[in-house]
Amino acid sequence: MVKKSIVQALLLGLVAAMPLTSNSVAADKFVTVASTTSTANSGLFDAILPVFEKKTGIQVRVVAVGTGQAIRQAKNGDADVLFVHHKKSEKAFVAGGFGVKRFDVMYNDFMVAGPKADPAKVGGLSDVVAAMKKIAAQQSPFVSRGDDSGTHKKELGLWKETGIDVISQSGTWYRESGSGMGSTLNTAAAMNAYVLADRGTWLSFKNRGDLVVQVQGDKRLFNQYGIILVDPKRHPHVKAEMGQMFIDWILSPEGQRRIGEFTIDGKGLFVPNANG
Amino acid sequence: MSDFAAAFSNAVSLIVELDAGLAEIVLLSLRVSMSAVFIATLIGLPLGAATAMFRFPGRMSIVVVLNAMMGLPPVVVGLVVYLLLSRAGPFGVMGLLFTPAAMIIAQTVLIFPIIAALTRQVVEDLWEEYAEQLRSLGATPARAMPTLLWDARFSLLTTILAGFGRASAEVGAVMIVGGNIDHVTRVMTTAIALEVSKGDLALALGLGMILISLSLGVTGAAFVMREAARG
Repeated sequence: MVKKSIVQALLLGLVAAMPLTSNSVAADKFVTVASTTSTANSGLFDAILPVFEKKTGIQVRVVAVGTGQAIRQAKNGDADVLFVHHKKSEKAFVAGGFGVKRFDVMYNDFMVAGPKADPAKVGGLSDVVAAMKKIAAQQSPFVSRGDDSGTHKKELGLWKETGIDVISQSGTWYRESGSGMGSTLNTAAAMNAYVLADRGTWLSFKNRGDLVVQVQGDKRLFNQYGIILVDPKRHPHVKAEMGQMFIDWILSPEGQRRIGEFTIDGKGLFVPNANG
Repeated sequence: MSDFAAAFSNAVSLIVELDAGLAEIVLLSLRVSMSAVFIATLIGLPLGAATAMFRFPGRMSIVVVLNAMMGLPPVVVGLVVYLLLSRAGPFGVMGLLFTPAAMIIAQTVLIFPIIAALTRQVVEDLWEEYAEQLRSLGATPARAMPTLLWDARFSLLTTILAGFGRASAEVGAVMIVGGNIDHVTRVMTTAIALEVSKGDLALALGLGMILISLSLGVTGAAFVMREAARG
C-alpha cells in the first residue's frame, strides 16, 4: 500500500513538473529587458511588443522594477537590455563598462498631483520648485517613492533645488512609501497627499480618489527614457545579437511610430525622440 | 461596498468568459506551487520522520531550527534565492533567474520546513505511542518509519496542504525571483500585486476571490480523496 501511494505521488509530481520543461524549450528565443514600472504598468509594452515578437519570433521578457533596481539587475548581468529613465545613472552605467551605448528613446513629463482642495495653493503654478517650497511651508502631506527609482531621483533633485532638507522631515508631512509608482499613488490617494508622478502611470492609473494634476509644464519636469545593451564583454552570456535587434527596432521609424501611437483615452503617453 | 460588488462581477466574468490570460496565470500558479509542494514533501517527510524517530546529537537543535523556519519571511527567501541564481551569483551560469524553476526553488525553501516540522510532531507522537510495540515485533526505527508515515497519512495530508497554502499565497519570493514577467512567470499573487499598483482595485480583488476559490478547490479535492480512502 505504501509503495503504491509513493508511486502515485511520484507520477503526480511528474505530471505537475512536465509542462515546465516543455515550456522552457519552446521559449528559447527571448531577450530579458530590465525596465521600469512606469513603462510596463502604463500598458506601453503590451501595445508595442507583440509587433516586434511577431516580426522576429523573439519573445521580450520585461522585468518591471524601479530604475535603481533595474540598473542593479543589469549590472549583475540578469538582463540583456536596460530601458529606464534617469539619464545621469544611465550614463554612469555605460561609463562604468556595464553597457555598450545609450540611446534616447522617448520622453514625457512628470507632474505634481495633489488633492482637489489644494491646501498648499499650488494649483496652476508652472514653477515646480516654487510649488514644492509652498508644500513644504504648509507642511502639507507629500508622499515620496523613496525607492531609488528614476522618479524618486528626480524628486530628490527637485527638493535639492528648493534647498529644503526633506529627509529630516521623513515621517512627518514628508512620507516615503518605499514602493512603486502605482502603490505610491494609492498611498497618496488614501492620504490626500501631494505626489510627484510620471504622466504615463498617472494616465493609466485608476484609483485617483480626490487627486488631480496641480503642477505641470515646468522644463525641469522633463522625463527622458533611454535604452542600453548590457555589454557582452562584461557578461558573455548576454544575448547581444537579439538584444541589439530589439534596440534597433525600438529606435527604428516603425518602433518610434508605435510608441507615438500608444494612447489611453485619446491621450498620448510618450513622445518618441530617438532621432533627437 | 461598490468595490466588492465590482470585484465579484469581475471575478465572475473572468471565469465565465474563460479568459485566456487568466487560465494561463492560474495554471502556472498551480504548476509552480504543486511542484514546490511535491519537492518539499520528498524532503520534508523523511527529514521530519527521521528527526522524530532517531536519537542523535544535535537533534533538539534541528527541531528548534525547523520550527523557527516555519516563519521564514518570503521576501528574504526571495532575496537569498535571487542572489544565488543571479548571473553574478554562484549558480548564475544555470540561467534560472526569472523562470518558473526559480519560483519553485524559492517556494520549496519556504515550505519544506513547514512540512518537516509538522511531520516531526505527528510522527513523534505516534512513535511514543507505538515504539515499544513495534520494537517488540523486531522493527528498527528505519523499518518502522514507512508504517508510521502510512498510519499518519491523514494528518500528513493536512500538513502538506498547509505547505500548499503557504506556497500559493505568498507573493514576496516569487515576485523577486520570477520578475512577474507576462506569459512567463506571472502567477495569481504577482498579478494581484500588479493590478493593485495599477490602481485597478476591483480587478485585483476579483483575482483574489479566484485565488481563494482555487485554494478551496484544492483543499476540497484533498478532503474528498481522504474520505474516499477511508471508505
